[in-house]
Amino acid sequence: MSLGFTQVYDYVTGKLDWLAAGLPTEGTNAQRPRAGDVARRDVPTCRLDERVGDVRERVRAAGWDASVAVNQDRVVFGLLRSIELDAAGETSIEAAMRPGPSTFRPFVSIEYMAKYMIEHELDSSPVTTSDGRLIGLLMRQDVERVARDLSQKKGLEAPGS
Amino acid sequence: MQEINREEVQRLLTAGAQLVEVLPAKEYEEDHLPRAISLPLRRLEAEARTILDAERPVIVYCWDSA
Repeated sequence: MSLGFTQVYDYVTGKLDWLAAGLPTEGTNAQRPRAGDVARRDVPTCRLDERVGDVRERVRAAGWDASVAVNQDRVVFGLLRSIELDAAGETSIEAAMRPGPSTFRPFVSIEYMAKYMIEHELDSSPVTTSDGRLIGLLMRQDVERVARDLSQKKGLEAPGS
Repeated sequence: MQEINREEVQRLLTAGAQLVEVLPAKEYEEDHLPRAISLPLRRLEAEARTILDAERPVIVYCWDSA
Protein backbone atom coordinates (compact mmCIF):
# COMPACT_ATOMS: atom_id res chain seq x y z
CA MET A 1 0.00 0.00 0.00
CA SER A 2 1.55 3.31 -1.04
CA LEU A 3 -1.12 5.37 -2.84
CA GLY A 4 0.46 8.53 -1.51
CA PHE A 5 0.61 7.31 2.07
CA THR A 6 4.03 7.67 3.63
CA GLN A 7 3.50 6.21 7.11
CA VAL A 8 2.10 2.74 6.56
CA TYR A 9 2.62 -0.13 9.00
CA ASP A 10 1.80 -3.82 8.72
CA TYR A 11 0.56 -5.53 11.86
CA VAL A 12 1.79 -8.84 10.48
CA THR A 13 0.44 -11.22 13.09
CA GLY A 14 -2.91 -9.50 12.77
CA LYS A 15 -6.28 -10.25 14.28
CA LEU A 16 -5.30 -13.74 15.39
CA ASP A 17 -2.51 -12.32 17.56
CA TRP A 18 -4.83 -9.67 19.02
CA LEU A 19 -7.52 -12.20 19.88
CA ALA A 20 -4.99 -14.67 21.28
CA ALA A 21 -3.76 -12.01 23.67
CA GLY A 22 -7.29 -11.69 25.07
CA LEU A 23 -7.61 -8.06 24.05
CA PRO A 24 -11.05 -6.56 23.46
CA THR A 25 -12.65 -6.56 20.04
CA GLU A 26 -15.76 -5.06 18.48
CA GLY A 27 -18.32 -6.82 16.30
CA THR A 28 -21.06 -9.41 16.61
CA ASN A 29 -18.80 -12.06 18.18
CA ALA A 30 -17.67 -9.64 20.87
CA GLN A 31 -21.13 -9.96 22.47
CA ARG A 32 -20.81 -13.74 22.84
CA PRO A 33 -18.95 -15.21 25.83
CA ARG A 34 -15.59 -16.75 25.02
CA ALA A 35 -13.07 -18.77 26.96
CA GLY A 36 -11.22 -15.67 28.15
CA ASP A 37 -14.43 -14.13 29.50
CA VAL A 38 -15.37 -17.17 31.57
CA ALA A 39 -11.92 -18.26 32.77
CA ARG A 40 -11.29 -17.58 36.45
CA ARG A 41 -8.42 -15.15 36.60
CA ASP A 42 -7.92 -15.53 40.32
CA VAL A 43 -6.70 -19.14 40.00
CA PRO A 44 -3.79 -19.73 42.38
CA THR A 45 -0.43 -20.24 40.71
CA CYS A 46 2.72 -21.91 41.96
CA ARG A 47 6.36 -22.26 40.97
CA LEU A 48 8.05 -25.45 39.84
CA ASP A 49 10.46 -25.44 42.80
CA GLU A 50 7.79 -25.17 45.50
CA ARG A 51 6.70 -28.11 47.63
CA VAL A 52 3.26 -29.63 47.22
CA GLY A 53 2.49 -29.32 50.94
CA ASP A 54 3.05 -25.55 50.94
CA VAL A 55 1.05 -25.03 47.75
CA ARG A 56 -1.79 -27.28 48.91
CA GLU A 57 -2.16 -25.29 52.11
CA ARG A 58 -2.19 -21.98 50.29
CA VAL A 59 -4.52 -23.15 47.51
CA ARG A 60 -7.12 -24.77 49.74
CA ALA A 61 -7.07 -21.85 52.17
CA ALA A 62 -8.10 -19.71 49.19
CA GLY A 63 -11.04 -22.03 48.49
CA TRP A 64 -9.51 -23.70 45.45
CA ASP A 65 -8.76 -27.30 44.57
CA ALA A 66 -6.48 -26.58 41.63
CA SER A 67 -3.36 -24.59 40.85
CA VAL A 68 -1.43 -23.74 37.70
CA ALA A 69 2.36 -24.13 37.70
CA VAL A 70 3.96 -21.17 35.93
CA ASN A 71 7.39 -19.61 35.55
CA GLN A 72 8.28 -16.01 36.41
CA ASP A 73 6.68 -14.83 33.15
CA ARG A 74 3.43 -16.68 33.95
CA VAL A 75 4.08 -19.19 31.17
CA VAL A 76 2.15 -22.37 31.96
CA PHE A 77 4.17 -25.51 32.67
CA GLY A 78 1.63 -27.72 34.38
CA LEU A 79 -1.65 -28.16 36.18
CA LEU A 80 -2.35 -29.50 39.64
CA ARG A 81 -5.85 -30.79 40.24
CA SER A 82 -7.12 -32.27 43.47
CA ILE A 83 -5.36 -35.58 42.91
CA GLU A 84 -1.97 -33.93 42.27
CA LEU A 85 -2.41 -31.62 45.26
CA ASP A 86 -2.86 -34.69 47.43
CA ALA A 87 0.68 -35.93 46.67
CA ALA A 88 3.16 -36.22 49.54
CA GLY A 89 3.91 -32.80 51.00
CA GLU A 90 7.64 -32.86 50.26
CA THR A 91 7.15 -33.63 46.56
CA SER A 92 8.22 -30.81 44.27
CA ILE A 93 5.58 -29.19 42.11
CA GLU A 94 7.61 -30.12 39.05
CA ALA A 95 7.38 -33.81 39.98
CA ALA A 96 3.75 -33.75 41.08
CA MET A 97 2.10 -31.64 38.39
CA ARG A 98 0.40 -32.84 35.26
CA PRO A 99 2.85 -31.41 32.72
CA GLY A 100 1.89 -29.73 29.47
CA PRO A 101 -1.88 -29.55 29.90
CA SER A 102 -4.03 -28.69 26.88
CA THR A 103 -4.41 -24.94 26.80
CA PHE A 104 -6.87 -22.81 24.90
CA ARG A 105 -6.79 -19.32 23.51
CA PRO A 106 -9.14 -16.72 25.01
CA PHE A 107 -11.18 -16.20 21.83
CA VAL A 108 -12.45 -19.79 21.61
CA SER A 109 -16.24 -19.91 21.87
CA ILE A 110 -17.87 -21.25 25.00
CA GLU A 111 -20.00 -23.62 22.92
CA TYR A 112 -16.82 -25.22 21.53
CA MET A 113 -15.21 -25.36 24.98
CA ALA A 114 -18.28 -27.03 26.50
CA LYS A 115 -18.28 -29.70 23.81
CA TYR A 116 -14.53 -30.26 24.07
CA MET A 117 -14.38 -30.43 27.86
CA ILE A 118 -17.31 -32.84 28.02
CA GLU A 119 -15.92 -35.09 25.28
CA HIS A 120 -12.44 -35.14 26.82
CA GLU A 121 -13.69 -35.29 30.40
CA LEU A 122 -11.73 -32.21 31.43
CA ASP A 123 -12.70 -30.55 34.69
CA SER A 124 -10.50 -27.54 34.05
CA SER A 125 -8.32 -26.09 31.30
CA PRO A 126 -5.85 -23.22 31.40
CA VAL A 127 -6.54 -20.34 29.03
CA THR A 128 -3.34 -18.75 27.76
CA THR A 129 -2.09 -16.19 25.30
CA SER A 130 -0.44 -17.47 22.13
CA ASP A 131 2.94 -17.30 23.88
CA GLY A 132 1.71 -19.50 26.71
CA ARG A 133 1.09 -16.91 29.43
CA LEU A 134 -1.70 -17.75 31.81
CA ILE A 135 -4.91 -15.74 31.54
CA GLY A 136 -7.04 -17.90 33.81
CA LEU A 137 -8.43 -21.34 34.50
CA LEU A 138 -11.58 -22.40 32.71
CA MET A 139 -13.77 -24.56 34.96
CA ARG A 140 -16.07 -27.07 33.31
CA GLN A 141 -18.94 -26.21 35.66
CA ASP A 142 -18.72 -22.55 34.57
CA VAL A 143 -18.50 -23.48 30.90
CA GLU A 144 -21.49 -25.80 31.07
CA ARG A 145 -23.54 -23.20 32.92
CA VAL A 146 -22.77 -20.43 30.43
CA ALA A 147 -23.31 -22.75 27.45
CA ARG A 148 -26.64 -23.86 28.89
CA ASP A 149 -27.72 -20.24 29.41
CA LEU A 150 -26.77 -19.46 25.82
CA SER A 151 -28.68 -22.45 24.50
CA GLN A 152 -31.74 -21.52 26.48
CA LYS A 153 -31.58 -18.05 25.01
CA LYS A 154 -31.44 -19.57 21.57
CA GLY A 155 -34.13 -22.10 22.41
CA LEU A 156 -31.76 -24.96 21.77
CA GLU A 157 -30.63 -27.88 23.85
CA ALA A 158 -27.42 -27.30 25.82
CA PRO A 159 -24.36 -29.49 25.14
CA GLY A 160 -24.15 -32.47 27.46
CA SER A 161 -27.64 -31.99 28.84
CA MET B 1 5.93 -1.15 4.56
CA GLN B 2 7.26 -1.53 8.09
CA GLU B 3 6.21 -4.59 10.05
CA ILE B 4 5.09 -3.96 13.62
CA ASN B 5 3.93 -5.99 16.60
CA ARG B 6 0.97 -5.68 18.97
CA GLU B 7 2.68 -3.31 21.38
CA GLU B 8 3.62 -1.00 18.52
CA VAL B 9 0.04 -1.09 17.26
CA GLN B 10 -1.20 0.06 20.65
CA ARG B 11 1.43 2.79 20.83
CA LEU B 12 0.63 4.10 17.35
CA LEU B 13 -3.12 4.05 18.03
CA THR B 14 -2.60 6.14 21.13
CA ALA B 15 -0.64 8.55 18.94
CA GLY B 16 -3.56 8.85 16.51
CA ALA B 17 -2.86 6.23 13.84
CA GLN B 18 -5.64 4.88 11.65
CA LEU B 19 -6.31 1.15 11.80
CA VAL B 20 -7.51 -0.71 8.71
CA GLU B 21 -8.77 -4.28 8.48
CA VAL B 22 -8.38 -5.57 4.94
CA LEU B 23 -10.34 -8.80 5.39
CA PRO B 24 -13.78 -9.29 3.79
CA ALA B 25 -16.56 -7.22 5.36
CA LYS B 26 -18.28 -10.27 6.88
CA GLU B 27 -15.18 -11.10 8.92
CA TYR B 28 -14.93 -7.49 10.01
CA GLU B 29 -18.57 -7.55 11.16
CA GLU B 30 -17.90 -10.58 13.35
CA ASP B 31 -14.69 -9.36 14.99
CA HIS B 32 -12.41 -6.41 14.50
CA LEU B 33 -9.94 -4.48 16.55
CA PRO B 34 -11.40 -1.48 18.39
CA ARG B 35 -11.70 1.60 16.16
CA ALA B 36 -10.64 -0.33 13.04
CA ILE B 37 -12.04 0.69 9.67
CA SER B 38 -13.14 -1.97 7.19
CA LEU B 39 -11.42 -1.63 3.85
CA PRO B 40 -11.27 -5.02 2.13
CA LEU B 41 -8.27 -5.60 -0.09
CA ARG B 42 -10.27 -5.53 -3.31
CA ARG B 43 -11.51 -2.01 -2.45
CA LEU B 44 -8.25 -0.75 -1.03
CA GLU B 45 -6.77 0.88 -4.11
CA ALA B 46 -9.99 2.54 -5.17
CA GLU B 47 -11.05 3.89 -1.78
CA ALA B 48 -8.01 4.35 0.44
CA ARG B 49 -7.40 7.96 -0.55
CA THR B 50 -10.99 9.00 0.10
CA ILE B 51 -11.43 7.10 3.38
CA LEU B 52 -8.05 7.57 5.02
CA ASP B 53 -6.11 10.66 6.03
CA ALA B 54 -2.76 10.54 4.20
CA GLU B 55 -1.21 12.81 6.81
CA ARG B 56 -1.68 10.31 9.65
CA PRO B 57 -0.04 6.90 10.11
CA VAL B 58 -1.97 3.92 8.78
CA ILE B 59 -1.81 0.41 10.26
CA VAL B 60 -3.15 -2.40 8.12
CA TYR B 61 -3.88 -5.92 9.31
CA CYS B 62 -5.51 -9.14 8.17
CA TRP B 63 -5.98 -12.44 10.02
CA ASP B 64 -2.33 -13.44 10.50
CA SER B 65 0.99 -13.50 8.69
CA ALA B 66 0.08 -16.47 6.44
